[in-house]
Amino acid sequence: MPIELVVNVVIAGVLTGLVYGLMALGLSVIFGVVRVVNFAHGEMMTIAMYATVVLFAALQLDPFLAVVPVAGLFFVFGTLLQAAVINPFITRPEHSQFMLLVAIAIIMVNGLLMVFGPDARNVQVDYQLESYAIGPILLDKARLYASAAAVAASAALFAFFKFTRAGKAIRACADNYLGAKVVGLNVKRYYALTFGLGSACVAVAGCMMILLVDVSPVLGPAYTLLAFVIVIVGGLGSMGGALLGGVLIGVSEALAGLFITPSAKSMFSFALLILVLLLRPQGLLGRKP
Amino acid sequence: MNRRGAVLLAMLAAALILLPAVASNYVLSVATLILFFAYTGQAWNVMMGFAGQLSLGHSLYVGVAAYAAAGLFFHFGIGPWAGVWLAVLLCVVLGAAIGFLAFRFGISGVYFALLTIAFAEFTRIGFDHIDWLGGPGGLFIKVEQREHMDLLDLRGAPQMFYYVMLALTAGAFALCAWLLRSRAGYYWQAIREDEQAAQALGINTFRWKMLAMVLSSALTALAGVFFAFYYNNLFPEQIFHISRSIEIILGPVIGGVGTLFGPILGAAVLTILADSITELLAALGIEIPGVKQVFYGVVLLAVVMFLPHGIWPTLARKLGLEGRR
Amino acid sequence: MALLEVEKVSKSFRGLRAVVGASFGVAEGSIVGLIGPNGAGKTTIFNVVAGVLVPDSGEIRFGGRRIDGLRPDQVCAAGIGRTFQLVRPFAGLSVLDNVIVGALKRARGVVEARGHALEILEKLGLGARRDLPAAALTLPDRKRLEVARALATRPRLLLLDEVMAGLRPTECDQMVEVFREINRREGLTILLIEHVMRAVMALAQHIVVLHHGEIIARGTPEKVVRDPAVLECYLGEETEV
Repeated sequence: MPIELVVNVVIAGVLTGLVYGLMALGLSVIFGVVRVVNFAHGEMMTIAMYATVVLFAALQLDPFLAVVPVAGLFFVFGTLLQAAVINPFITRPEHSQFMLLVAIAIIMVNGLLMVFGPDARNVQVDYQLESYAIGPILLDKARLYASAAAVAASAALFAFFKFTRAGKAIRACADNYLGAKVVGLNVKRYYALTFGLGSACVAVAGCMMILLVDVSPVLGPAYTLLAFVIVIVGGLGSMGGALLGGVLIGVSEALAGLFITPSAKSMFSFALLILVLLLRPQGLLGRKP
Repeated sequence: MNRRGAVLLAMLAAALILLPAVASNYVLSVATLILFFAYTGQAWNVMMGFAGQLSLGHSLYVGVAAYAAAGLFFHFGIGPWAGVWLAVLLCVVLGAAIGFLAFRFGISGVYFALLTIAFAEFTRIGFDHIDWLGGPGGLFIKVEQREHMDLLDLRGAPQMFYYVMLALTAGAFALCAWLLRSRAGYYWQAIREDEQAAQALGINTFRWKMLAMVLSSALTALAGVFFAFYYNNLFPEQIFHISRSIEIILGPVIGGVGTLFGPILGAAVLTILADSITELLAALGIEIPGVKQVFYGVVLLAVVMFLPHGIWPTLARKLGLEGRR
Repeated sequence: MALLEVEKVSKSFRGLRAVVGASFGVAEGSIVGLIGPNGAGKTTIFNVVAGVLVPDSGEIRFGGRRIDGLRPDQVCAAGIGRTFQLVRPFAGLSVLDNVIVGALKRARGVVEARGHALEILEKLGLGARRDLPAAALTLPDRKRLEVARALATRPRLLLLDEVMAGLRPTECDQMVEVFREINRREGLTILLIEHVMRAVMALAQHIVVLHHGEIIARGTPEKVVRDPAVLECYLGEETEV
């Protein structure tokens, strides 16, 4: 097997992995702060992908432009979802929370199925067919731009948490719920804000992902699981971990697709999840629980 | 159980036993499906309700058992009554392995759920590559004449399958009722409430949790064997899919986790309503894929939000039946 | 030989030394009080004895047999029962069922356990409330339930962790009476952690004082409360009398 092929596959895996990482970042942020397991995460990603498809079909809107309205919409939706539906569940037992989001996920997936049907859809822009060539290395333009956007979004989120007042307040809520309340922080509002931000992340990831793959309703559960694998491998609560995990999974999927059969690539991810859960549950960059 | 409860139970039992005499084959198939979900729900309930471990990968046991029994029959002509032993053995080993890994490494709650999902998904994709068992194209058992009943090979009319499923469900119900009142029941509930406090009272929580895991997976195995011989075709994509796992838990969650009647009630409510909706929509000329599942989702959402303990506890109170289970 | 022997037990948490070289004994049939300011290491010692924690060094012997390193359920099987500082009832079960769980340790079956459980509930004054869900109990009753549950395992030694906290003086006196009774009638050995001095003085025949993980004094209650080292470590501390 020519080394150039392997290198190119790895690079493609890294780039795709960065988009995965952004998706997982949203989940990590939500779980790290609100402590809710968003079992509808992949479904939200799928909805974002469909939204981009619709905007493209109706308005010829390039996904990079569609990011703005879609992310904005998801931010609002996520905030409302948390404030209105999920919030009362924070104190309920875990399986109740889980079931709530499973129910929402089921409605989302099948709602998509009802509206769009089971067939795959995609967007078609010129730069999907073009690539940059640096010596033997081929960089697909679409993949490159998408991963750049993912990195930019991640950086923006990181900056938000590090430098803004709201971001620091949210981190306080995450670290110490009771303490935050005592100090007077409106924890409920920050939870809603966080869920909104996490949803916006997923939305951006979705807008980017549709450039790389076709979308169909069944992707929802698959992406949810993928997001969890990445977050757990990378480390719950660690933003860098989400991105690192995303890249790892992206590369391993790409390599598995190359050396074994493509359909077996998810098997590898699940095996990795099992191993990580058993041997290093805090993931690569996470804090010890 | 008080007098009123006993009477109602007897009436229900009578109705279930007499059903085939009055019902069409179609109604019977719906009833068999309800019983199937009532049974698997009850089996799942042992792990969740009794030992407090949320398993979202129970399709693993249904699938492995189904394939074991079907594979033996398909390749060697070994009937289900013999094949079931292998099926149960495999599921016991799997359940013990997952339990051991989870408990020894201290995995619980969400992480445990994810672990079970990972195992099921891993197996789903794995079985797609086992050509000896049909691969992605599926494994098909020859459907023979349904006119004469062959209990040995589980070939027969819908009535036969109904009674087999009824017997399984009744057996599971009786077993769980007995367990709940026994030492096991008390210990499992204690572990579920507060594992550390339970340990302080001398309970070897690891051993009892393992027991629940293994019992749950073994019971589910029986459903898998039934599935193989009832539907006669198996596809990894379908039988191991996470939707199957979710279907299994819908009954208990809606009916009431940890209760005896919860799974049965939940399965009945869900299946009947879902079927009615499909019928209604078909009559109106609407045949959109996904409608039934959206309905499941909405019902689940409503129950989780407004009846967190499930329908059964509220219903039992209204009917004046005894409070506890 | 004492029933419980703690010998040179040390335990640290990530560099924080919670217990340092603690040694003391609890004679069979006696009531020993373990006192000291907050953070002195009392609950840590309890948790080490009960098997929740493994000591970094030292030995724990019960009835002559080493028990350090045993699991909590094995420690219970050996004959040690314990209560928790923050009560932990099985909220979803009835009062009676809570105690049955404990009684099942020594009983052959549920029927026998039930009988024993009912006896104990009567002894602790919870008989009338036996069918109530544990979550519905008041704090004093929850404490009684916690004790009843532990007693149901027929322990030879009972570890009580601040069981008087939050009780009013009359309730406290009632509890003291119950323990005195059981100790006198059945010879139950008791080791208790307490801040409520009223209870300690009334119950304990022997007191061990802990401060910063080390034992700084031991002896009869009268002797200990006059010990200058003890008074010094309590200066500035709030103690209920």
